[in-house]
Amino acid sequence: MADDVLLDFFHMEIVAYSIQSTRKEERVDYGISKLEYIGFTTGFRFVERLTRDLPRFKEELDIVKFICKDYWMAICKKQIDSLLTNYEGMYVLQDNNFRFLSQLSSGRQYLELAPKFVAFMCGMIRGALTNLGIMAVVTAETSSLPACK
Amino acid sequence: MSKQNVRGTDPKKVSTELFTLTYGSLVAQLIKDYENNEDVNKQLDKMGYNIGVRLIEDFLARSGSGRCQDFRETADKIQLAFRMFLGINPSVTNWSPAWDEFSLIIDNNPLTEFVELPDTHYALKYCNMLCGVIRGALEMVQMEVAVRFVQDQLRGDNTTELRIKFIRRLEDAIPAGED
Repeated sequence: MADDVLLDFFHMEIVAYSIQSTRKEERVDYGISKLEYIGFTTGFRFVERLTRDLPRFKEELDIVKFICKDYWMAICKKQIDSLLTNYEGMYVLQDNNFRFLSQLSSGRQYLELAPKFVAFMCGMIRGALTNLGIMAVVTAETSSLPACK
Repeated sequence: MSKQNVRGTDPKKVSTELFTLTYGSLVAQLIKDYENNEDVNKQLDKMGYNIGVRLIEDFLARSGSGRCQDFRETADKIQLAFRMFLGINPSVTNWSPAWDEFSLIIDNNPLTEFVELPDTHYALKYCNMLCGVIRGALEMVQMEVAVRFVQDQLRGDNTTELRIKFIRRLEDAIPAGED
């Protein structure tokens, strides 16, 4: 669909903006927290639109499943590839061809830039979870592009 | 899961909503970052320009359209681009006598779907990114234009109206062997 491209380019601009607008002395995290925050506010509101017609979730796992299926589908046009959990509240979601990384590289090139392109999505997930009543910490690991954990 | 996508939301609408909400978050962040609305407008325009510069390639590849003979044809192409990327159909009106300036009327702007402008941000041009996108895209096809908002639904006008004015053709930017 054509408007996907629009979001992709737009996302690239947000990444560029967050990084260059963060002042030098604050640049410990390279503007990633700002990026994450933009994602957070987006996710927080987006999940409200998405869950409008869904029945109430029964337990935590239902919510995580929702994130893996519908939420991921709405944003990345695919479901998450694998979901692991230690049954103590930690979940690992893996996407083997992550939308915002798929155009970047498939190899080790540009690996050091990858965290910037997943921060927004981390925020999106955290925002969604917060709105569904779960306080969470979302981090991403990009050891081999375009896969992302 | 028991519920297999029973709701009737179409994916097209969802992705537009996602874009709209992302845009809103960005504008909110910009307002936080800059003290004055003029700077926000400027930044939005700049980002739009960067998007436009890239988006034109996608547009040309998808639509397969060639070089425009005159500015009227360009206006039609812009209309087509709006349909392609935002799923809306703006109308082209108010041509100047010299055919170098026209208005793009957007009745229901998807970007402003969930937005209300408070009085304190009266100077904010919320959709200013669109101006930048059009400017950047046309610059890549050797056309310098000026784009500005003359009416904005967010500020109480009946419609959203973009005024696009042709300034000049960027001759020397044509790569060798193109013409």
